[in-house]
Amino acid sequence: MADRREQEVLDAIERRRRRPTRKLLDQQITLAHGAGGKSTHALIEALFLPELRNPVLEQLADSAVFDANGTGGPRLAFSTDSYVVRPLFFPGGDIGELAVNGTVNDLAMSGGRPLFLSAGFIVEEGFPTEELRRVAASMAAAARSASVEVVAADTKVVERGKADGLYVNTAGVAVLDSEVELRADRVRPGDRVLVSGTLGDHGMAVMIARGELELEVELDSDTAPLNALVGALIEAVPDGLRCLRDPTRGGLATVLAELALAAEVGIAVDERALPVSPQVNGACEILGIDPLYVANEGKLVAFVAPEKADAALDAARSHPLGRDAAIVAEVRPEPPGLVLLETAFGGSRVIDMLAGDPLPRIC
Amino acid sequence: MRFVDEYRSGEVAARLAERIAALVEPGRHYKLMEVCGGHTHAIYKHGVEDLLPDEIELVHGPGCPVCVIPMGRQDDAIAIAERPEVIFTTFGDMMRVPASKGSLLDAKARGADVRMVYSPLDALKLARQNPEREVAFFAIGFETTTPSTALTLLRARAEGARNFFVFANHVTIIPAIRAILDSPDLRLDGFIGPGHVSTVIGTRPYRFIARDFGKPVVVSGFEPLDVLQGVYMVLRQLRDGRSEVENQYTRVVREEGNLLALRAIADTMELRTTFEWRGLGFISQSALKLRPEFADFDAELRYEVPGVRVADPKACQCGEVLKGVIKPWECKVFGTACTPDHPIGTCMVSSEGACAAYYNYGRYAGRRRREAAPA
Repeated sequence: MADRREQEVLDAIERRRRRPTRKLLDQQITLAHGAGGKSTHALIEALFLPELRNPVLEQLADSAVFDANGTGGPRLAFSTDSYVVRPLFFPGGDIGELAVNGTVNDLAMSGGRPLFLSAGFIVEEGFPTEELRRVAASMAAAARSASVEVVAADTKVVERGKADGLYVNTAGVAVLDSEVELRADRVRPGDRVLVSGTLGDHGMAVMIARGELELEVELDSDTAPLNALVGALIEAVPDGLRCLRDPTRGGLATVLAELALAAEVGIAVDERALPVSPQVNGACEILGIDPLYVANEGKLVAFVAPEKADAALDAARSHPLGRDAAIVAEVRPEPPGLVLLETAFGGSRVIDMLAGDPLPRIC
Repeated sequence: MRFVDEYRSGEVAARLAERIAALVEPGRHYKLMEVCGGHTHAIYKHGVEDLLPDEIELVHGPGCPVCVIPMGRQDDAIAIAERPEVIFTTFGDMMRVPASKGSLLDAKARGADVRMVYSPLDALKLARQNPEREVAFFAIGFETTTPSTALTLLRARAEGARNFFVFANHVTIIPAIRAILDSPDLRLDGFIGPGHVSTVIGTRPYRFIARDFGKPVVVSGFEPLDVLQGVYMVLRQLRDGRSEVENQYTRVVREEGNLLALRAIADTMELRTTFEWRGLGFISQSALKLRPEFADFDAELRYEVPGVRVADPKACQCGEVLKGVIKPWECKVFGTACTPDHPIGTCMVSSEGACAAYYNYGRYAGRRRREAAPA
């Protein structure tokens, strides 16, 4: 009896998770709306999508994929992202490099070849010219190494105290070769889930770089352009690759939860297989944060047909950005929409999207 | 990771689970309360229940520091935070706790200067760095966090800080356990006792549970193997018909506790006559306030706060959850009106809250258990 009631409650939660948010309950925007988890989804579904709705936007993928209508040209991918990272310079990268790689990666997840970027700079009055030069130079270097060009740009200056130094926006286009088709609805039970390397490096490196935690950990952000790695995967397993995702804000956990819901499949993650560096593991342990929810800026998640999983893993591992790649999960028919983690301890638990910011436990 | 992985070993866990299963008397139902939210979190995060036989039920206790702060105190905190001269500092989880008019996170979005800190010493540092502002620290927690507040107060006095204030909400675990034992709603067989609290207070204060109430207590650590071994030790006592206070967490907990920490608390704080706990109501001598010698640092004296008792939202059953009387999913609003992204009650906010732990991690456990059971 009690068990049946428990099941009814759990079923109601699952129904509710599947229903898009129609009404935004929050009276004002909080930092949680920018964290990439549940609140961000609610904001998009209940506020932006109803106003801006169209079939391309509705896909809500890392980048929009569409035909260049009437031109007879190839399919294009288009994406934009804004960068408000603090500090602007952190171990392993800076805001400029991040802005180039971030948009390149959003585009690359469509399977396309990123070609051109735009850049918008919102600069605070009083910002040192030399630092802006450093940012521009590191954008140029990142663009070169990703084989893209910044072909349009804009600058705005705002009053002192308004933009925390510098915000950067980038947008970009990529072309898709005709046969590439990477979408969440292509994911099937049996597929394997590959991650291209260690998890949580970027988020933890930036948090530590803020210096508020007084932790001394040598840790670099993983910011890197993934288009070459994607190219290598497509070449190795052209018909085995189902879907690619970029586990940035919200981390691997959020990406898997989104995919499980979108493809109506279950995903079983093996905790022992998750690649996490000892530095990230240690810092997360101290702060009470789960590395599964920490942002990556140079990692991809690939859903691969089971018979191609080994080939995909070999291809990833032969690429410098995929050295630590691992198969971490398997897609299953049951339970649809849910991600389950099999813990190293021998138990299991649910993995859901991030609620709020990853705030540490206090004791 | 050294000193962590060895307490999460799947092989050791499987062997221990077999020994636990062997201790279970067929047909007997065991109800054990894990007192601490840290235990609840570890149990769900690592799937500890999956290793336990169906006869053993773990009941979540009141030891979640965020969960027990009543709505009125949260309103008071927000009133302090909204003063223009104040930088309000708090542990992360408290930011999202709903009060009468939104949370501290909402107050921050409205313009209040609310900052997350990891330690009260960080708050004192902020006070040093901002001599023209006043820094208030929202001090919460059981005996685990009280010593750090006490030591910060001692340092603030030594430094002659004049712009640092503590809003003291420290609570003590023993009265809460006694309130649960006195409550007729619940029949418990034994306790997984608090780990970190016991590093401070030691294991002696729990003796009344064994002596007066005849229940076994095993003070346990927070790694999943600690919890599993704690369960094993409680079951062994039950099999032998013993009720004692045992210490599983010997690598950290001493029988006498930490005398230096206890002295720092006694030097800076004293018991309140009574204090309201969310869900448990007023419990006499269950919380601490600053001693008169530290009045200059007391946020309750410095600022005028509403100081009124605010009833929980009607639908919220955090109190019943905190007492272990109902399971999270038995609450009327669990998972529908109350979710981690829009919590109504505190148990859904803190990662140590039973509702959040069950919602975030444990949601599938029930179904799997039922599917595994013979029809």
